[in-house]
Amino acid sequence: MPKSPKAALKEPTRLSVRKTYKLYIGGSFPRSESGRTYLVDGDNVALASRKDARDAVVAARAAQPKWAAATAYNRGQVVYRIAEMVEARRAEFTALGVPADEVTAAIDRLVWYAGWSDKIAQVTGSANPVAGPYFNLSSPEPTGVIGVIAPPSLLGLVSVVAPAIVTGNTVVALAAGPQVAVTLAEVLATSDVPGGVVNILTGHAAETAPWLASHDDVNGLDLTAVDDAELATELERAAAGTLKRVRRPGSGDFTGDPGTAPMTAFLETKTVWHPKGF
Amino acid sequence: MTATATSRLSALPDSAVNLRAFLHGLPGVDKVGVEARAAALGTRSVKTTAKARAIDLAIRMVDLTTLEGADTPGKVRALSAKALRPDPADPTCPTVGAICVYPAMVPVAYEVLKGSGVHLASVATAFPSGQAPLDVKLADTRDAVAGGADEIDMVISRGAFLAGDYAKVFDEIVAVKEACGSAHLKVILETGELATYDNVRRASWLAMLAGADFIKTSTGKVPVAATLPVTLVMLEAVRDFRAQTGRQIGVKPAGGIRTTKDAIKYLVLINETVGDDWLSPDWFRFGASSLLNDLLMQRTKLTTGHYAGPDYFTLD
Repeated sequence: MPKSPKAALKEPTRLSVRKTYKLYIGGSFPRSESGRTYLVDGDNVALASRKDARDAVVAARAAQPKWAAATAYNRGQVVYRIAEMVEARRAEFTALGVPADEVTAAIDRLVWYAGWSDKIAQVTGSANPVAGPYFNLSSPEPTGVIGVIAPPSLLGLVSVVAPAIVTGNTVVALAAGPQVAVTLAEVLATSDVPGGVVNILTGHAAETAPWLASHDDVNGLDLTAVDDAELATELERAAAGTLKRVRRPGSGDFTGDPGTAPMTAFLETKTVWHPKGF
Repeated sequence: MTATATSRLSALPDSAVNLRAFLHGLPGVDKVGVEARAAALGTRSVKTTAKARAIDLAIRMVDLTTLEGADTPGKVRALSAKALRPDPADPTCPTVGAICVYPAMVPVAYEVLKGSGVHLASVATAFPSGQAPLDVKLADTRDAVAGGADEIDMVISRGAFLAGDYAKVFDEIVAVKEACGSAHLKVILETGELATYDNVRRASWLAMLAGADFIKTSTGKVPVAATLPVTLVMLEAVRDFRAQTGRQIGVKPAGGIRTTKDAIKYLVLINETVGDDWLSPDWFRFGASSLLNDLLMQRTKLTTGHYAGPDYFTLD
């Protein structure tokens, strides 16, 4: 008796669903406009082009006024929420090879900056004595859209993005460690961070950074992860064309106390004269 | 389609009864076809030198518009100055096609624009609704022309058109055209309120038969303004009208065109539908306010090599 054809079939093998790491622009995860991808440790990662950088700046600009107008308390809550969500996704980061204590340090860093949101104005602002019947008050204001060339580590990325956004700036980050950065983007997308406040591009910083540096609608540039002195100089020169604020602390150890400098680098001071005595 | 159109349109109407029969005898528009064609033409990639030329042409085609209740003489003067020199940093940047304002602001704009070659358009005839008696509309038109406007943007009575009273709409356009004198007449169909492409085609023919120099899509005051398919239908109408009568009519999409990418899609549409003859500010205009800044930013990107930002261009 012939065997039933059914019995000859093997148990179906399940095909694994592989993940493509995409960009994070304006709160969504598009592929690169150029259609390019590159391989990082066997994973397909979108390779951002200059037009992706342009789109990210448009998204960051659109999000900036509302984000800056949110109360400091609200911004602090949102950044704290990011810390909560990283905590919940610990396993995802460690699976990508991020050491457990680095995840912990990144969470602590987020909480630390969340706490600064409603205190930075009191530290950097002032009531100034003037020779006249006026109250003279200086208060910090966000710079606007910040281009960030971010370090590959989770702690490094958090240490450059969190201080910029907590004061009301929006960020376009060129991330060197794509899987970790995109996983952080997935955290941001579920943390009440409004779309466009943080935009993450994966790819080669040397290709996209010059477009951010010369972009008229970018107000500040953080060159933390630019180790190539020649490129850094070139970017600084391009940034000078539109008088961008440039921060270039050098990449290195992020585990120490960061201080307030990463926040104050992208703050401007507004001084108001208010008549008194009426 | 052209062959059918020509044979079916052989008898142009000479009475109200004929007009109705004629408009309803126009071939229907294939909705799916026209939308697919417009979408396909919208995917063309125009880059580098072609893009630079497209941008300059688009700037020359802009009817720089401000139609707000809050318009002040100062704002209109500033806008008129911008029309003459859109990019103060670059003298090679062409002037725009025209300024478009309310009749009350025409004398203010005229003071700035006279003798410059930039046209001065004024909306009239109870813009944007068109719901006013005919003598009011005519007075509105005459005032604008007397103030110095050389182009009049009139609205048709959509109420009468949709009720099927084509003769009334026809007579109104004829009367306004007469009140315009030597000024060019643009007839706004307000396609967003006409509901179907067949109506857009009928309204286009109605306006052209009544003596319009331009047909314009929208006022910009209703949610649905200019779209590519609607403009395609209107371009086909002006093409067929010229084939039939020998008279060339201009087209002006207005409202909702905000980016250089959008503008270039329209230029591609003209080139592929009606050809070179319409690729000129004399025969095609964009009714827009924010489009100009995007064109200028893209132009700056091409001339300087880096991305431009809105902070460097005036809003009005």
